[in-house]
Amino acid sequence: MLLTAALFAPLAGAVLVAAVPASRVALVRWLALAASLVALALAVAVAVRFRAGEAGFQLGVAADWVPSFGVRYRVGVDGVSLPLVLLTTVLTPLAIAGSWRSADRPRGYLALLLVLETAMLGVFVSLDLFLFYVFWEVVLVPAYFLIGSYGGPRRVYAAVKFFVYTLLGGLLMLVGIIGLVYLHQKATGTPSFDYDALRDLDKAPATQRWLFAAFFAAFAIKTPLWPFHTWLPDAYTEAPTTTTVLLAGVMSKLGVYGFLRFSLPLFPDAARDLQPLLLTLAVIGILYCALVAAVQRDFKTLVAYSSVSHLGFIVLGVFALNVQGLQGGVFYMVAHGLLIGGLFFVTGMLEERRGTRRIDEFGGLQRSAPRMAGIMLVITLGAVALPGLVGFVGEFLTLLGAFLANRAYAVLATAGVILGAVYLLWAYQRMWHGKLERDENRAVGDLTGREWAILAPLVAAIVVLGLFPRPLLERVEPSAQRVVEQTRQTSP
Amino acid sequence: MQLLAQATAEPLPLPRIDWRAIAPELALAGAGVVLLMVVAFWPGARRGLLAGLTLAGLAVAAGLTAWNWDLARVAFEGAVSLDGITRYARLVLLAVGVLATLMAAQGGGRPEGSEEEAPPEVFPLLLFALTGMVMLAAASDLLVVFIALEILSLSLYVMAGATRRMAAQEAAMKYFLLGAFSSAFLLYGIALCYGATGTTNLLGIARASVDPTGDGTLLLAGIGLLAVGFLFKVAAVPFHMWTPDVYQGAPTPVTAFMAAGTKVAGFAVFLRVFAGALGGMVVSWRPVIATVAVVTMLVGAALAVVQSDLKRMLAYSSISHAGYLLVGLAAAATVPAGISASMFYLLAYAFMVMGAFMVVQYASRLGPPDPGPPEGSGEPQGGAPVDWELGERSNLDDYRGFARRHPWAGALLALFMLALTGIPPLSGFWAKYYVFLAGIEAGLTWLVVVAVISSVISAFFYLRVLVVAYLQEPAGETEPTAGRAPALGLALGLAGVLTVVIGLAPEVLVSAARTAERILG
Repeated sequence: MLLTAALFAPLAGAVLVAAVPASRVALVRWLALAASLVALALAVAVAVRFRAGEAGFQLGVAADWVPSFGVRYRVGVDGVSLPLVLLTTVLTPLAIAGSWRSADRPRGYLALLLVLETAMLGVFVSLDLFLFYVFWEVVLVPAYFLIGSYGGPRRVYAAVKFFVYTLLGGLLMLVGIIGLVYLHQKATGTPSFDYDALRDLDKAPATQRWLFAAFFAAFAIKTPLWPFHTWLPDAYTEAPTTTTVLLAGVMSKLGVYGFLRFSLPLFPDAARDLQPLLLTLAVIGILYCALVAAVQRDFKTLVAYSSVSHLGFIVLGVFALNVQGLQGGVFYMVAHGLLIGGLFFVTGMLEERRGTRRIDEFGGLQRSAPRMAGIMLVITLGAVALPGLVGFVGEFLTLLGAFLANRAYAVLATAGVILGAVYLLWAYQRMWHGKLERDENRAVGDLTGREWAILAPLVAAIVVLGLFPRPLLERVEPSAQRVVEQTRQTSP
Repeated sequence: MQLLAQATAEPLPLPRIDWRAIAPELALAGAGVVLLMVVAFWPGARRGLLAGLTLAGLAVAAGLTAWNWDLARVAFEGAVSLDGITRYARLVLLAVGVLATLMAAQGGGRPEGSEEEAPPEVFPLLLFALTGMVMLAAASDLLVVFIALEILSLSLYVMAGATRRMAAQEAAMKYFLLGAFSSAFLLYGIALCYGATGTTNLLGIARASVDPTGDGTLLLAGIGLLAVGFLFKVAAVPFHMWTPDVYQGAPTPVTAFMAAGTKVAGFAVFLRVFAGALGGMVVSWRPVIATVAVVTMLVGAALAVVQSDLKRMLAYSSISHAGYLLVGLAAAATVPAGISASMFYLLAYAFMVMGAFMVVQYASRLGPPDPGPPEGSGEPQGGAPVDWELGERSNLDDYRGFARRHPWAGALLALFMLALTGIPPLSGFWAKYYVFLAGIEAGLTWLVVVAVISSVISAFFYLRVLVVAYLQEPAGETEPTAGRAPALGLALGLAGVLTVVIGLAPEVLVSAARTAERILG
């Protein structure tokens, strides 16, 4: 029940927020923040009650929803989903705090953010494929309105592209899910969407490949994997920055999580057969998007491409199909959420001050905003995987996994690490170092109390998890181990 | 089947009148006559009173339907069949009738009392059309099918032209001419079927269709012509040409009634004849129906994308939805889930599409929108020239910023558009899911993949409505306001609640649809 409460707390908050008159802006903001903090508290309670060292699902609830179709409400967390639940519940209050000053219809904005939080949490905790699909598609609706109604100049284009692209992937996955359930019905006589039941189903390798392809469509687009990433720069760049934090920080994990949770254990033979293809796509994504990021003039677009590039490492780790890679993948998902979130937050703060995101408009900001520069440096170094910070642990483990799986991919991906360091540090240098040449930049103020409240927890997490990754890793390991075992078996 | 065999075995010169079996139809027809008398002899009767009487008639029919709920038999020597399809269709059709009555009570989108308002005769006509629809869903003899189809069509022809607006007259004329044409096809098909099998009874045709000594060619020709007649009524490509013009031109309450009711009744009889009686010949007709389904889904969706008028767009979207229903029909002959999936789809679709038209009606009551600042500032003008010729606010441009000015109506519009797109957990999603499931079970996976592609294309135009209503700024400064619209508000609320509730808790209605899987007669 605790998990269910955490799942629906933001939704309840959204309803409350929507019920408040729009003119009472302060009440709306505090209510939204309170709802997201309640969700965080409940998620922390889940984490506390979570027993480390167990591989299976914990704190689960199951109830019938639509018995005629075999659809049930079943949720639970294991070592793979727990960190992502925490990441979501941590980033949402920060995003709400980040949009505190925004005056553009705050009631609708905050209600949508909370709906988005419930939808994304639902994807992470659903253990019924139907429930999973429902949350998967529901994510689209608030995200569509957040981008399309509150975004930048090309928001409508970006929102529609995002919606249609991801809807296509989702519907193909629905066909795959129906196919899977139909197999279950043929084998046992009753339809079931239960995760475990479908995993234990006997599936011929050829069938597996088709089903894998159907799920792949959804996950590859959502992640996004090169070459399905073209919706992303538009969506991330046009979305209001606090939305981008959630899109890049959490929504991008939905696809990778899908690979990990569904594609590998449900279709082990297909996953092993297609491993080279996936690894190749991941490596191309890492290198290509790093190169594209390097030439961006807009810092937000640069971070967007860098996000895709880094996600390549996560996919690399997941499809290494060994414990190191998977564990690293999950760890890197959390790290990526914190780091990309931090980068986008700072981008938003700069944009609020200067009204622009073009890198060449900045320069020498270190002198006018030294504390912000320091925070940004920590986040940037975390993103380029400096040892001692959170990014390093994830990148190291995923590369180690890839190395054990196939050296060539690891070597090529390492080039991506170097490229990442090049473009992120170069951008940092151009924006924060050098002389203060423009008057506008001289007037840039340092961090306010609210901004400290947003960035301090992030930076603390980046440092602490970088130095002490053990508590997180030991919770992930048994579940990652189990996924690896399930993937190694030939179809049961 | 057994019941029917008994019924036909009795050597009766005239069929025994089974009053109970057709009680809901009788109630509807009776209420229609009463309403007609009231309208004729009391011209001053208020709209609210007429609507109340209509609702009372519907309530009686609903009560009788509930009384007959567990009745499963074939009456009138196999001419009327009471099975799951019949009662499910009755349920949906009566609900459609209630919503349409509420819409009509509010007037056809025009200010009350004006010349453009639909005359009070729409209420009796609505009841007669509903009688035809309910009868059509229960008909298990081709002659009854034809009679029921004519009852509903004739009422609808008149209803479509109920206002004096030229567009409505034109729509009615088009509908009448093409409808008469399709009726002729259907009648010719019935004649050929009779020629081939010696009976118009569906059970007799079912028996004859699997008889190897029968005249297969003649029967096939008959089936083809029957299909043309039905496909016309459900607006499937290439027999869809009338739909956009009629949907756009007819008064909005009539359009909503037509879009939902005709589709329910049309598909109910389509299922009964093709999946039921002609199920033995599935190999012959399935490729045709599947092909028509593909073309209907894709053409409907593709043409909807380029529409600039909301009612026209909804017309093409309804064509595309007919395509999904045809997927269910194609599956239905071999997979019983195809029947229940189609029935459930009709239920969900009826409320979504009526809801969408209700929002159009709501907007039209506001009168012509402020066209925005005049030209001359050098900037492109805020709004396109407003097309108020139809007397309705149906041009998409009229909906710029609609949600900002009418948050509730805008939210409902968004709800219906998302449901029509098939976003979970709204009703339209379960409908689509169920049809896809039936299609895959029947081995028509390729057809389901086409349906998915068409769903993605549809997302474009449903989203466009949201883009216009939510993401664009209103063109003009001021927005005319209209008086309160309690009946329309109630109808909107009902449609919205049903769309959400069916989405969150579909179990009851799904298991009810399951009982429709066994076709009698």
